[in-house]
Amino acid sequence: MTENSETPDHAPQVSTTRLGPFARFVRDTELDTRMLGMVGALLLIWVGFQLYGTFFNGGGVFLTPRNLWNLSVQTAVTGIMATGMVLVIVTRNIDLSVGSIVGFTGMIMGVLQVNILPQYLGLGHPAIWIITVIVGILLGALIGALHGALTAYLAIPAFIVTLGGMLIWRGAAFLVADGKTIAPVDQNFALLGGGPYGAIGSTGSWIVGLIGCAAILFMMYRSRKNRQKHEFRLRPMWAEITVAAIACGVLIAAVLVVDSYPWPIGIVKAYAEAHQISTPPDQLFISHGFAIPVLILAAVGIGMTILMTRTRFGRYVFAIGGNPEAAALSGIDTRMMTVKIFALMGMLSGLAAVVASARLTSATNALGDLEELYVIASAVIGGTSLAGGVGTIYGAIIGTLVIQSLQTGMVLIGYGDGSYRKIVVGVALVLAVYLDILYRKKTK
Amino acid sequence: MTNRGTPLVELRDISIAFGGIKAVDHVSIDLYPGEVVGLLGHNGAGKSTLIKCLSGAYQADSGKIFINGEQAEITNPRDARHYNIETIYQTLALADNLDAASNLFLGREIVGAGGFLDDSAMEAETRKIMARLNPNFRKFNVPVSALSGGQRQSVAIARAVYFNAKILIMDEPTAALGPHETQMVAELIAELKKQGIGIFLIEHDIHAVMDLCDRAVVMKNGQRVGTVNVNEVTDEDILGMIIMGKKPAQAV
Repeated sequence: MTENSETPDHAPQVSTTRLGPFARFVRDTELDTRMLGMVGALLLIWVGFQLYGTFFNGGGVFLTPRNLWNLSVQTAVTGIMATGMVLVIVTRNIDLSVGSIVGFTGMIMGVLQVNILPQYLGLGHPAIWIITVIVGILLGALIGALHGALTAYLAIPAFIVTLGGMLIWRGAAFLVADGKTIAPVDQNFALLGGGPYGAIGSTGSWIVGLIGCAAILFMMYRSRKNRQKHEFRLRPMWAEITVAAIACGVLIAAVLVVDSYPWPIGIVKAYAEAHQISTPPDQLFISHGFAIPVLILAAVGIGMTILMTRTRFGRYVFAIGGNPEAAALSGIDTRMMTVKIFALMGMLSGLAAVVASARLTSATNALGDLEELYVIASAVIGGTSLAGGVGTIYGAIIGTLVIQSLQTGMVLIGYGDGSYRKIVVGVALVLAVYLDILYRKKTK
Repeated sequence: MTNRGTPLVELRDISIAFGGIKAVDHVSIDLYPGEVVGLLGHNGAGKSTLIKCLSGAYQADSGKIFINGEQAEITNPRDARHYNIETIYQTLALADNLDAASNLFLGREIVGAGGFLDDSAMEAETRKIMARLNPNFRKFNVPVSALSGGQRQSVAIARAVYFNAKILIMDEPTAALGPHETQMVAELIAELKKQGIGIFLIEHDIHAVMDLCDRAVVMKNGQRVGTVNVNEVTDEDILGMIIMGKKPAQAV
């Protein structure tokens, strides 16, 4: 089979002659133009804040390893939940309760690891964080399943069920410890929130980066073999190499960035003392590397992408979103699917609560307050259609990055006041949806 | 046509009501292998509702379903598929955001190692069956919302035919089609008949019924007016049954 075969193309057929260089590039690499647009917008935002800082504040600080590292950590909590919100919105539902589930599960986990488990296991026992995380995730799943069951079997609109849930679980979060803040959390648990110790360092990051590159190359090879087997059209070799180079390049660049952000001097001193390192602390360069919450987000993102694109479950999610009646007539148990989707959303909210409370090293009943709005906004900015049937996991994560970049950037250029940030995020949300509408009209 | 032996399908004394309105009122029909039975009647006569009891979309309030002489419990579309009953719905029942292969295999996906979807295999199978049903079909990698009415119809037909149906239900299969495609559907029905598949055909066009069907069942206001062998009656007889509920002498 040659690369320019006469058999029906795998990609939609367009005549080559009328296409410009960019259109041909997109067709041959089969890159998603929507994703290119989002990444372009994100880079524009980053460069914009950097330049604004350079020209008006005497130095841009946006594109520094320190800021980018912090940005990655700040993206984790919302990003984890945004991936689940994609499934909820694709199936034409909404979940307004996720922020409150974070608050409630966070409080339960706080009380569990601070007040209950140490009594039986002893303070700092390595099983504490594991039990806590499992309980938090299961509790989230249970709450989500309850919301899903009320939506699916009693036909109460998801908007109402989860609006009620938002109030109920926020109230319950207060009652868990009568409004008291639970601190400090277990020291192993705290690593899940990031910080100098909650990152995997230079060597670890290189290992992650190289495994990632190997996985990318392996998957591309598999996909090419598969197409050959069924005699579908292949991507031209130059396109394969370009895509592989871009994907691996981005990953390696990320490793270089997180490795060039050193531990702060105070932490280095403490570490040097504790480990009897003779080198003077100001000459030690200890990299942060990838933060653990970022790795959690990456794992969630990969897992959810596989779930959505490679499994029956994901296929049914899209089918229900596209035509619920057709899905039911095809033998899909749409009600049970709804329960599972909300349970998954709850699980991810529990996981987000782990990261959020670990990051604060405390649990408060206000944890995750109004987070649901940012989660929904992230999914929608990332291209998830409220009409249902359309959405991607990577889009939701990029959407979270866009929102978080805007928030961080506003702080860095001196508009850190919450009111300005809210205005900018609000404008970005409306603008993103408008651009999406234009894009869909044009590509139809 | 002489119908001997065990019917492929027998719907016996089916009733179903929605909020006090009897959509289907004690109706019995049957279908033999290699036979096409037309279902006629006004909009709202209860044809689609009756047939949805067989396809699993609805459950009858009373009455029994027999498949090959044995009583069958069909409580959802999965059960119907288990009995090799396939349905082409009037609405086509396609998920518009998915491509042809995903729709064809919806609910019965091909999975490879580890339970992951084998999209390439599904696409390859889809290409094979579409080459037979609609050789001009090329749009395999776009959502079916981007297809024409005829192309969408051929996806729905492919889905019903692909899985070795023994009993096929077609709810106005040619309503959205042009003359050429309608002819293709007629040829397909003839071919499926030869393979011994039994077909229920819900149809408004009396000429199509006269051409394609062996028997015709006419319904009115949820009740069965009568069943006729189409070669024993005229168009007018059937029209009379549909419009006035008048049962001709040949009808049973």
